[in-house]
Amino acid sequence: MNKILAANGWLFPNVNWENMWDATGETIYMSVIALAFTFIFGILLGLLLFLTDKGQLWQNKAVHAVTAAYVNIFRSIPFIILIVLLIPFTRSLIGTMLGPSAALPALIIGAAPFYARMVEIALREIDKGVIEASKSMGASNRQIIFKVLLPESMPALVSGITVTAIALVSYTAMAGVIGAGGLGDLAYRDGFQRNNSDITLVATIVVLIIVFIFQFIGDYLTNKLDKR
Amino acid sequence: MITLSKLAKTFQTRDGQVTAVDHIDLSIEKGEIFGVIGYSGAGKSTLIRLLNMLETPSSGQVTVAGKNMNELSGKGLRQARQEIGMIFQHFNLLWSRTVADNIAFPLEIKGMPKSEQKKRVNELIKLVGLEGRGGSYPSQLSGGQKQRVGIARALANNPQVLLCDEATSALDPKTTDSILDLLVDINKKLNLTIVLITHEMHVIRKICHRVAVMENGRIAEQGPVLDIFKRPKEEMTKEFVKQVTEPEETEEAIRHLFKDDGIGRVLQLTFTGSDAKRSLITDVVRKYDVSVSILQGKISQTQHGSYGSLFVSVTGDNQLIDETIAFIRSQQVEVEVIHGE
Ligand SMILES: Nc1ncnc2c1ncn2[C@@H]1O[C@H](COP(=O)(O)OP(=O)(O)OP(=O)(O)O)[C@@H](O)[C@H]1O
Ligand SMILES: [Mg+2]
Repeated sequence: MNKILAANGWLFPNVNWENMWDATGETIYMSVIALAFTFIFGILLGLLLFLTDKGQLWQNKAVHAVTAAYVNIFRSIPFIILIVLLIPFTRSLIGTMLGPSAALPALIIGAAPFYARMVEIALREIDKGVIEASKSMGASNRQIIFKVLLPESMPALVSGITVTAIALVSYTAMAGVIGAGGLGDLAYRDGFQRNNSDITLVATIVVLIIVFIFQFIGDYLTNKLDKR
Repeated sequence: MITLSKLAKTFQTRDGQVTAVDHIDLSIEKGEIFGVIGYSGAGKSTLIRLLNMLETPSSGQVTVAGKNMNELSGKGLRQARQEIGMIFQHFNLLWSRTVADNIAFPLEIKGMPKSEQKKRVNELIKLVGLEGRGGSYPSQLSGGQKQRVGIARALANNPQVLLCDEATSALDPKTTDSILDLLVDINKKLNLTIVLITHEMHVIRKICHRVAVMENGRIAEQGPVLDIFKRPKEEMTKEFVKQVTEPEETEEAIRHLFKDDGIGRVLQLTFTGSDAKRSLITDVVRKYDVSVSILQGKISQTQHGSYGSLFVSVTGDNQLIDETIAFIRSQQVEVEVIHGE
């Protein structure tokens, strides 16, 4: 144990493990909460995009155009700018601009449209014949959504949320700029600005580990769900 | 059971209007297996989809099991659809569900309690011969097995009518036969009305009671299957009948024989109903001093008796041959002299 600690001091002389641990917790907190909301809002938006399109269950040109415009605009704004633009909104919602919670609105608003497009693509992949068969059995639109569209596209929805999760981890790093904390913040402030490259290195490794874990869970679930 | 009157469907496309179904009047009895045959683009799929309002008619009426389908909407339409099962060329199963859960799907839609669902699913699995496969996923089944799941699913809510859109077109001949046998079996057991569309006369011959031949959105000819086989009127109907009775090579092979000098007179005999099984040729040679050789023959079974055609060459005294032909005609067998005077 002593040896390991000694090696630690020699390899990473400037790393304060307690700070590193806190930052990791903040990054995970931001990613997971934002991911949960992104999943819900992304699916809602994606469903809306899909269902209001031409020839679909709720065909509606106006709603489709508005949803598509919203999704395209918010997907195109660079995240770092989105955070800054959303400062007044975040302040009125959360009451502060400090701490990881302050990053959540921007993370969710940035990631949900990104995911919504993937949801739409996943829904489009479903064979039209299956929807038709459900209609022929007398299914209502609600039954078609919850018993056909979502379960049939679940593997694609999960693999999409995995990609989104990884994007979210990198967004959280940028969220450090507005004082949200997390590994990105630590690497920038303590690592880059104070010229402690070992802190930057360790923070990077931890981010990579988090990404790998998300990827692993996502791949595992996708495979398990895919019965095709 | 099903009545269509002046039913029409026109699609608006980029290239103008397409009339897929052109003012069709049709009625189908309870317990009947009714076939619709036609070439690609004739409007068969559109017609069958109009029966359960997957396509809304441009004009005309659709009555199924006493319900005026085109006047229904929302909940009423959904309930009416539960009385009408449908199976598809590409099966359209939910691949995320097991066989048992696929079959339970229409029961869930109807809102049947879970415990009853299980019992019903087991009955259906047995009915279609898929015992032991309830836990498999569709991707683990063969095409024929998938269609059996489709049939079980379509029958789950005890429908009055089963619609089949090219239900066997994606299957090999042997599997097609087993699915057709299953349909006949269900038709008899449940007194179910079946409407099926196909482009294969073989399917019509094997299981249908009546058939309609469709062309350009209209019904060119319709009637009992055996009558249509016996006396096809329209050119297209004749082509379809030939699919079953005269494989293409028959004609060629026989024409080839005409070159032989000693071929005598070549007759095509057409049998229908029970006389297809009779010992006509034996009777002929016992009665007349002619020799008869059989060139080619085929008997096909339909739901209302058999249908067959036989090509024979008859040699001997001309006078005797004439008498022979008269005798065969007197036996209610149609005779056509296709070679010789
Ligand atoms: N949704 C649609 N929009 C426009 N035209 C259509 C549509 N559905 C069918 N049609 C047209 O209607 C006609 C009949 O089509 P239908 O699918 O009913 O033919 P079919 O007899 O089932 O042919 P096949 O044997 O190839 O399935 C075709 O000319 C087709 O192009
Ligand atoms: Mg078709």
